[in-house]
This record gives sequence, structure tokens and C-alpha cells, in this order.
Amino acid sequence: MSAALTAAGDLRRLVVRNLRRELRIPDSLIVNTALPVIIMVLFVYVFGGAITTGSSGLAYIDFVVPAVLLMSGGYGAALTAVNIADDMTAGMIDRLRTLPIGGWTVPAGHVIASVVRNVTACGFALLAAVVLGFRPDAGLTDWALVLAVVTGYVLAMSSLAALWGLLVRSAQAAGAFSFVVLFLPYLSDGVVPAETMPDVLRDFAANQPITPIVATLRSLLLNQPMGSSGAVTAAWLAGTVLVSVPIAALLFRRRTSG
Amino acid sequence: MNVIHSTGFTDAVVARGLTKSFGATQVLAGIDLTVPTGSLLALLGPNGSGKTTTVRILTTLLAPDGGTAVVGGCDVTRDGVAVRRMIGLTSQQATVDDLLTGRENLELFAGLYHLGRRQARRRAQDLLERFDLAAAANRRVVTYSGGMRRRLDLAASMVSAPRILFLDEPTTGLDPRSRAELWSVIRELVAAGTTILLTTQYLEEADQLADRVVVINRGRVVADDSPAALKRQVGSERLILRLSRAEDMPRARSALGEGGTHPGAGEREITLAVQGPDHLRRTLDLLHRAGVAVEHVELCAPTLDDVFFELTAVAA
Ligand SMILES: Nc1ncnc2c1ncn2[C@@H]1O[C@H](COP(=O)(O)OP(=O)(O)OP(=O)(O)O)[C@@H](O)[C@H]1O
Ligand SMILES: [Mg+2]
Repeated sequence: MSAALTAAGDLRRLVVRNLRRELRIPDSLIVNTALPVIIMVLFVYVFGGAITTGSSGLAYIDFVVPAVLLMSGGYGAALTAVNIADDMTAGMIDRLRTLPIGGWTVPAGHVIASVVRNVTACGFALLAAVVLGFRPDAGLTDWALVLAVVTGYVLAMSSLAALWGLLVRSAQAAGAFSFVVLFLPYLSDGVVPAETMPDVLRDFAANQPITPIVATLRSLLLNQPMGSSGAVTAAWLAGTVLVSVPIAALLFRRRTSG
Repeated sequence: MNVIHSTGFTDAVVARGLTKSFGATQVLAGIDLTVPTGSLLALLGPNGSGKTTTVRILTTLLAPDGGTAVVGGCDVTRDGVAVRRMIGLTSQQATVDDLLTGRENLELFAGLYHLGRRQARRRAQDLLERFDLAAAANRRVVTYSGGMRRRLDLAASMVSAPRILFLDEPTTGLDPRSRAELWSVIRELVAAGTTILLTTQYLEEADQLADRVVVINRGRVVADDSPAALKRQVGSERLILRLSRAEDMPRARSALGEGGTHPGAGEREITLAVQGPDHLRRTLDLLHRAGVAVEHVELCAPTLDDVFFELTAVAA
């Protein structure tokens, strides 16, 4: 019990350290506050007029909000890879490792800090959407579930990013993960209706995780029937976390023992 | 009693036969060293000789392939957690967070050593004052000079008041003044009873600080002695003579015996080993009788540099 409390305290200190760092890196601040707003404005005003929402019959802003949420949260989450790679390549990891703390608290501290700031980033994106005319139709439970899905998504992406950051040996290579995360929503039903895509892309869109996650968020935010997308979403997110966390832990142990 | 003493209560660090390879390259080929409690040992060696690798093994950051290392009475491979509780490490690379202030860094580490909040704050303040960083305490580390950063790194290693401290090239890249300041801090730590193992490429540093010097080259110990004994090992003092006229050179060398003399830096310079004042007087007499005019005479005590070059040239 007291060991768990100690570990929780260590984790809290490391999370505070990571969040402090983020607040002091101008790039990160922009990624977490301005970028979500910019993406939202871009989609609604620039692309929105040219894209029809197909058989869903939704206004484009209503259609695209979930995808923008995932882009905002996902992009920031991907930076976890860079942050971890930074710590691993600089001398900092030596200092942390000579401290009497569990080694796993170091990557875990990065993942938790990432969840905190990127769920906040999604909040900014949502706020921008409301200012631009998004009118959600969601009750308290729906909102709680939206928060859960967004948190789950950011957690899953941060864990994957942590794994990637431990796998590659430099911060530059770690940055490559951002492209994957930023690109994936385009190949889903989130930005352009999948039904308008060529066959190959449509098949990909139908089977990749972003599509059910977007569908789940849409149904929660717009009070629509959910179908099976909720269960599929839960499975994808839980699966990603359950697979990437132990692998990341293993990699961390391998990287930090000669 | 003797058994206990010889296994590490009077010796803070005991390494025997440490080996380590990275892939096909052997980096350590059997390192033996002993640091008596309360003393400072300098581990001296050129680039790539295995200093950092040795320190990483002794501080539990790297597992050795073979050999044993006991730090503070605990085995580094079997009892790493206990070792970590007793040691502090200042790595060759900076190991503080650039984006945090000096104070935030120290408070973070104090917290991670599980000091209470108030205690952590007091400890950070004490260290900032002791390492002359109080004025810069609330500035981010990015704005620090190299010397300040090194001092903060050292302060960070002292957060837990460790009994055994490992310093990997603590003064590399510092100007002479910052180096002297750091030396006095290190001396104070030893005076207060801390055992220190310090690596360096600077012989003067070892000479200034160390009770004992271990010279390594290509992963092997090539000397292990006190600074004074090492200097004695290269032997006598050197006499450097500058002649008034270059054309006297052949005559001077034949008068002194070709074997014992060496050409010096300039064309009018000769160096030779001398043993004591009598030898010096005889040497000058010989030159006088041969009609060689001497313009300048200089007597040099052997330095650790001579030892270093001699020892590391053998295997190179
Ligand atoms: N992780 C590693 N993988 C492969 N080779 C390594 C690794 N770490 C060190 N080496 C090699 O081992 C040798 C000794 O390295 P080490 O860092 O111990 O030397 P050093 O004495 O500390 O040198 P310096 O004075 O430059 O700091 C070097 O040739 C280095 O390239
Ligand atoms: Mg080194």
C-alpha cells in the first residue's frame, strides 16, 4: 500500500515536470491550444463548402467535429514519442535511473502528462467548434462518454507513441509518428464520407479504428443511434493500450539495462 | 575483523576484473580498482579508454560482462537498489532538465528521493547556496553558463547527501577559474567525509585532488599509485639548457655524452635528466670547460603528463 502511494507520488512529480516543460516550449503550447482551433476553422470554412456529407444529411461542421477532435488530441499525443526519445538520448535518463524510483514511472509520467494536455487540447477544439456554430445535442451521460472516448483515444495514441519513442534512437525519428496520427483520420469516415471514396480506400476506411471512433463520437454528440460502433471503439482502444503498454515497458527495460 | 575490513567497510568501492564488450569490441578488459572510504580516486585515461563505461557499471547503469563490483558493501549487479541509495552520480553529459529552473530541478530530485515537501525545499535552498547558485536559482538552466550547469549537476548528485560520489569528467569544458571553483567544492566534499571516484583527462586535476590515481588505457589498468609515486616512476628532474650559439650544439652534446641528451624544442635547446644538485653543477662545469656559452637554464619537475604519455604511449 505504501509502496503504491510512493509510486503515485513519484508519478505525480514526473507528470508535473513534464507539463511544466510543455508550458515552456512554445511549439508545444501552440500544438495544444492554437492548432486545434486552426484545424477546426480550416475544415469548417475552407474545406467545408466543397465537401458534401453524403447520406448522413449533416451540416459539415457537425460531420467533421469528431475527426477534428481526434486530430487535435492525436497530434499532441504523438509528441510523446519525441519527449521520451529526448529523455532517453539526453543524460537525464541516467539521473532518473540512479534515483530510488520505479523505472516504469518515467515513460508512464510522459503518457499521463500527454493525456492531461491533449484532452485539454480537445477542449479547445470543441470550444472553437461551438463558436463556429456547432450545436451538440448531448446529455450529461453523453458528455461523460465523449470525455471517456477522447481520453481513451489520447491514452491509446500516447502509449503507442511511447512505444515508438523507445524503439527509435533519436528525437527526429520519433517525430515521424505524428504523420501517421495526423493522416489516419483522412482515411476514415471522419473528414469525407467513406461512401464517396474509391473501393480500396473505402475498405480501408471501414476497417480502421478511426471510423468507429468517429461514429461513436457523432452519435454521442448529435444524439444519433450508436449501433455497434461503441463496442468496436472500446475494443480498439482497450486493445491498443493493452498491447502497447507491456511492450513499451519491456522496451524501456531493455533500453535502460546495458 | 580483517575479513570485514578487506571486503569493503574501509573500502567504499572495490572492483575486480570488470570486463565489458559492445558487440565485438572489448571496451573493458579486466579493470581492478579500490577506493578507500573517505578518499578520492582519480580514474585517468584518454578518450575512449573506458572511463565512462567503468563509472556506468559502478553506478548500476550498465551490467558488466564479467568481474565483480562492490560499492558501499553491496554488489552492483545483485543489489543495485541498495547501491543506488548510497551513491550520487554526475554524468559526463548534463543530467539536469534545461527547461526547469535550478531550484525546480533540485526540488524535483529531492522529491523523487522522497524527502517531504518542506524538507525538499530546504535541501534545495541549502545546495543552491553551497554551490553558489542562489542568485540564479529561479532562472531556467538553459540560461546557465557551463560552469553553473556543472555546479548544478553536482548539487543534484548531492541531494540525497550520498556517502559515495561518482563524477565523470566534472570539469571538462570549464574555464580555469570555474575549474578551480569546482575543485574547491570537491575538496570540501572529501573533507566532509565523502568518498569520490572522479574521472578526468587532465593530469593536473588528478594531481591536485587525488589520493590515488588509476590510469587506464584501452580498457586496461596501466598504473595504480599515488600521484607522487607515479611522478617518481618517471624518475628524475629534467634540465633544459638553451645555448647562446647554435654552432656550439655538437660540442655541447659530445661534452655531455650523446646518450643522455635530447634535442629540445628550439635548435639551441638541449634536455637531459639530472639527479640532484651535484649532477647539475657537474653538467654546467663540463659545458664551461668545453667553451660552450649557456644563455638559459631551466629545471623541470616531472609532471603527471610525463607519466601519462609514457604509460599510454606503450599500448597505443
Ligand atoms: N553503448 C555503446 N555501444 C557501443 N560502443 C560503446 C558504447 N558505449 C561506449 N562504447 C565504446 O566504448 C569505448 C569506451 O567508451 P567510454 O565512454 O567508456 O570511454 P571514455 O574513457 O569515457 O572516453 P571519453 O574520455 O571520450 O569520455 C569507446 O570506444 C566507445 O566508442
Ligand atoms: Mg567518458
